[in-house]
Amino acid sequence: MSLKLENVTVVYGEGTPFRKTALDDINIEFPSGKIIGIIGHTGSGKSTLAQLLNGLMKPTSGRVLLEGNDIWENPKEIGKVRFRVGLVFQYPEYQLFEETVKDDIAFGPKNMHLTESEIAERVAEAAKMCGLDQSALVRSPFELSGGQKRRAAIAGVMAMRPDYLVLDEPAAGLDPAGKEEILSGISAYRSGNGGSVLLISHSMEDIAKYSDLILVLKEGKIYSFGTVEEIFSDIASLSRSSLDLPQITKLFHELKKRGVTGRDDVYTLKFGEKLLREKGF
Amino acid sequence: MLKDITLGQYFPGKSLLHKTDARVKILALIAYLVLVLSAKSAVSFAFVLSVTAIMIAISGIPLKTVLRALRPLLFILIFTAVINVFFVSGETVLFEWKFIRIYREGIENAVKMTVRLICLVGGTSVLLTYTTSPLDLTDGLERLLNPLKYIKVPVHDFAMMMSIALRFIPTLIEETDKIISAQKARGADFESGNLFARAKALIPVLVPLFVSAYRRAYELAEAMECRCYRSGEGKTRMKIIKTRPADYVFLAVCIVCCVGAILLNRVVIPL
Repeated sequence: MSLKLENVTVVYGEGTPFRKTALDDINIEFPSGKIIGIIGHTGSGKSTLAQLLNGLMKPTSGRVLLEGNDIWENPKEIGKVRFRVGLVFQYPEYQLFEETVKDDIAFGPKNMHLTESEIAERVAEAAKMCGLDQSALVRSPFELSGGQKRRAAIAGVMAMRPDYLVLDEPAAGLDPAGKEEILSGISAYRSGNGGSVLLISHSMEDIAKYSDLILVLKEGKIYSFGTVEEIFSDIASLSRSSLDLPQITKLFHELKKRGVTGRDDVYTLKFGEKLLREKGF
Repeated sequence: MLKDITLGQYFPGKSLLHKTDARVKILALIAYLVLVLSAKSAVSFAFVLSVTAIMIAISGIPLKTVLRALRPLLFILIFTAVINVFFVSGETVLFEWKFIRIYREGIENAVKMTVRLICLVGGTSVLLTYTTSPLDLTDGLERLLNPLKYIKVPVHDFAMMMSIALRFIPTLIEETDKIISAQKARGADFESGNLFARAKALIPVLVPLFVSAYRRAYELAEAMECRCYRSGEGKTRMKIIKTRPADYVFLAVCIVCCVGAILLNRVVIPL
């Protein structure tokens, strides 16, 4: 499995005064089996990138390669790409439409023309991963709570079992518990299917906790791409791109300044807790 | 495709048309409609066309934008033209082949209908929707219909409903685009299949769209109530519209144009 962008440029409003380069000559290969966090400011091209990967948007120039094949080689087959690269939009709960949650999750698999039993199996699996129980499945999606709706919508994309799952701010606007449940479901998806996950988020804490690699976008260009440690330790560059650090990292920076601990490469709460316990706190 | 709909799209500017009182423009629109619909002879059609052209020129709105408003109409234009050409019978046969007979009257009718439709849509958008902000438009309409209040017509509420409706058109279009993308991402196919299959394919778009429209309506109603909205009762205005002498001149010109067109109908130039 491989997903690769080759010299991809996207320009909006070509030939009008509103011309804007959303992505500028992007070259990147997304490794499989990893959770890749994508961070960057509003307008840095994150959402455009997401829509490029599953063929909802066509690059102005350059190629999107899935398994080495240009996805736009045969525009009629672009639908098949969307089953392999699943995209969950921001606030996906506003796209629910079926009579029951089960039917809604089954919408994607049905469009893949799978057998009834295969569909049922995938729906059950996706629902489980997203933490929806049997009683929720038979209810109308419009009766669910906000968090449950979000999970149902994400399950709808997971049920297609895409090799690459792209999520645009999946946890935005949820309470901490709901957030945790959704993100661990996404983590489970990666380990269950061996698929890759691309996670767009503004929350540095979530990115630090769940991703293996981080891609930083700035004004339509790749600013940096590396492991969590590499990216966050490059604080100087982060402050130049005016992105924030996880709160726990900030805390340990302050602790180091005051001589309490010697390390400032702490990015997750768990690791920080471990360190402090070792110190005897 | 959805972005081409220009209904209710204000195009900010500083032209004479932009500055004219909205009430005057609404009256002028009525005059213009009479003008377009009453045109019969070639001379009066030429007059209508030139009036429309002058209006577009005054408004300062790029011709491209005006033409874009006409694009959704293209199918209807072609359809009415074709129907008129082939099915209107008259006296002078221009062309005959097997069962097809094209009359001079048919072609004349087709041209007239096309010009009429183009002027109706193009002219009204230039005269009113492009050059009047929705707020001014509803304000003008409300003031124009104000006398109806005395026979218990809730004029203010109607005006409010209209401005809310206009306000939400672009929002809902954007929303529709988003939902379409999201369902496409789940493999929805809007492009293939017969008419029935395509209509069915719209369900995943229409249901969320209606749900969200209702949600927005509730939210808006609540927000209005929180700000103590109580219809037009006792409402004062920050910006009071005043009709300037120029507005009266504008109105007079419109009426003259209108009467002129009706008179021009009597002028027949033998072709």
